[in-house]
Amino acid sequence: MAAIISVSALSKRYAKGPTALEGVSLDIEEGEILALLGPNGAGKTTLISAICGLVRPTSGTVTVAGHDIVTDYRAARALIGLVPQDISIEPFERVINTTRFSRGLFGKPRDDAHIERVLKALSLWDRRKARNMELSGGMKRRVLIAKALAHEPRILFLDEPTAGVDVSLRKDMWALVRRLRDDGVTIILTTHYIEEAEEMADRIGIMDKGRLLLVEEKARLMHQLGRKALCLFLQEPLDSLPPALAGHALKLGEGGRTLTFEYDTAAGRTGITRLLADLAAAGIAVRDLETRQSSLEQIFLNLLEEAA
Amino acid sequence: MNWQAIKAIYVFEMSRTFRTLAQSVISPVLSTVLYFVVFGAAIGGRIQSVEGIGYGAFIVPGLIMLTLLQQSVTNASFGIYFPKFIGTIYELLSAPMSFMEIVIGYVGAAASKAIMIALIIMATSTLFVDLDIRHPLWMIAFLLLTAVSFALLGFIIGIWAGSFEQLQLIPLLVITPLVFLGGAFYSVSMLPEFWQAVTKLNPVLYLISGFRWAFFGVADVPVGLSIAAVCTFLALCLGLIWLIFRTGWKIRP
Repeated sequence: MAAIISVSALSKRYAKGPTALEGVSLDIEEGEILALLGPNGAGKTTLISAICGLVRPTSGTVTVAGHDIVTDYRAARALIGLVPQDISIEPFERVINTTRFSRGLFGKPRDDAHIERVLKALSLWDRRKARNMELSGGMKRRVLIAKALAHEPRILFLDEPTAGVDVSLRKDMWALVRRLRDDGVTIILTTHYIEEAEEMADRIGIMDKGRLLLVEEKARLMHQLGRKALCLFLQEPLDSLPPALAGHALKLGEGGRTLTFEYDTAAGRTGITRLLADLAAAGIAVRDLETRQSSLEQIFLNLLEEAA
Repeated sequence: MNWQAIKAIYVFEMSRTFRTLAQSVISPVLSTVLYFVVFGAAIGGRIQSVEGIGYGAFIVPGLIMLTLLQQSVTNASFGIYFPKFIGTIYELLSAPMSFMEIVIGYVGAAASKAIMIALIIMATSTLFVDLDIRHPLWMIAFLLLTAVSFALLGFIIGIWAGSFEQLQLIPLLVITPLVFLGGAFYSVSMLPEFWQAVTKLNPVLYLISGFRWAFFGVADVPVGLSIAAVCTFLALCLGLIWLIFRTGWKIRP
């Protein structure tokens, strides 16, 4: 896959205040869903704003399908749709007119068939004549998406698309994003919710303090950085760890009925075989066992701790 | 040139005008009628004529200018301030359009609306006085140039303003007094010499004088000066706008 967006050494410093972006380089591949994760103030929104033209980068370059966002901004921006984090919407205008307006802004001639498709896909068609202020929060957010899709962009930026959205709506949003990806739209989303990134993304970028700490395919990220925990449920409770098992990093659970062993799935030797052998030698009978993959959330927290 | 975008902004802004037709059109017309009743009928009845023109007719160009300036400034400033205030400006900034195109859309709509209202007032005034326009082409030229220049000023105010109070500040504190003191309702020749000289520092005097000349062929200052004044003001506003966009001041950090 070719990179559709190429960010190179992008920095943004404000005259007063902290550095919002520090030397971010990133290639976004055509057709992928990239999730940007990071705590508040990590620079996710600034990165998006710089690519979309809301913020002037202090240094560095960005190209969109080969078009520089500064010198060739018209060609670059025409390919991009942006759904902002805050619900910013003309309160008195009607849904269909706001959507048409967005298409016009991006230089496309009026196309009612396309607007109808977009509004129908977002379940807004029945409310097309409603004023924006009459809509519920979830609907307003969908109007923002409709506006962003009105000019048939090849790239869609979703800045916290599910912030403050209830569970069922969040699921709808995910389904929509997948449909768009199936249509070939490249999607970059920022999120607080790790589960969202885990659920949706092909690749995950983790940002903190204006830096991009890493970008990795989700599966590989979880595999590489993932730790697994093996939990052993014992036949008979133990008062303390027998000395024969002292060599293993074991934790005795409450009541002495479980033993937890954490291991790195990427390591050459996980140590499980030896542990099981030692358990058998010590005469400890295991009733049941289970393993747990650490979640992206833990990976994320580990990374932030390492960076700090 | 992204004409579609200019058209989109223009249509959007004009539809706002028609959506709020009552506030947009009725109130300026009503206040003009009030001016006619007070200045034209009540006071004008005692003034007879100024420079050979019936007082009722004499104040028509001043009245139109007053409304034209207020309307173009407030329309344009509100037009760009509102998206800034509610946050929808993100869309303008992320669209493939240049700053000049944004200006043309907003300023064009604001000036159109102001001219529309000016024409309505002109039509209303014919109910009260007989108007015969000596230089109709110049009248239209002054109308256009003034509306565009002050819509540009309004746009600058809208970008600058950080609150609705600031948005009102300049029209209220600067423009209205300048129009009243710029000979909207009197001829400068009626003033003592010292105040005549002071009045000549008021840029709005040149607009009203030129506009009145287009109607009656009578002016406080030579009409060439009036044209030069409008063009200078226009150039000044364009320069300021260019600077704002070059630096991204207040809108693109």
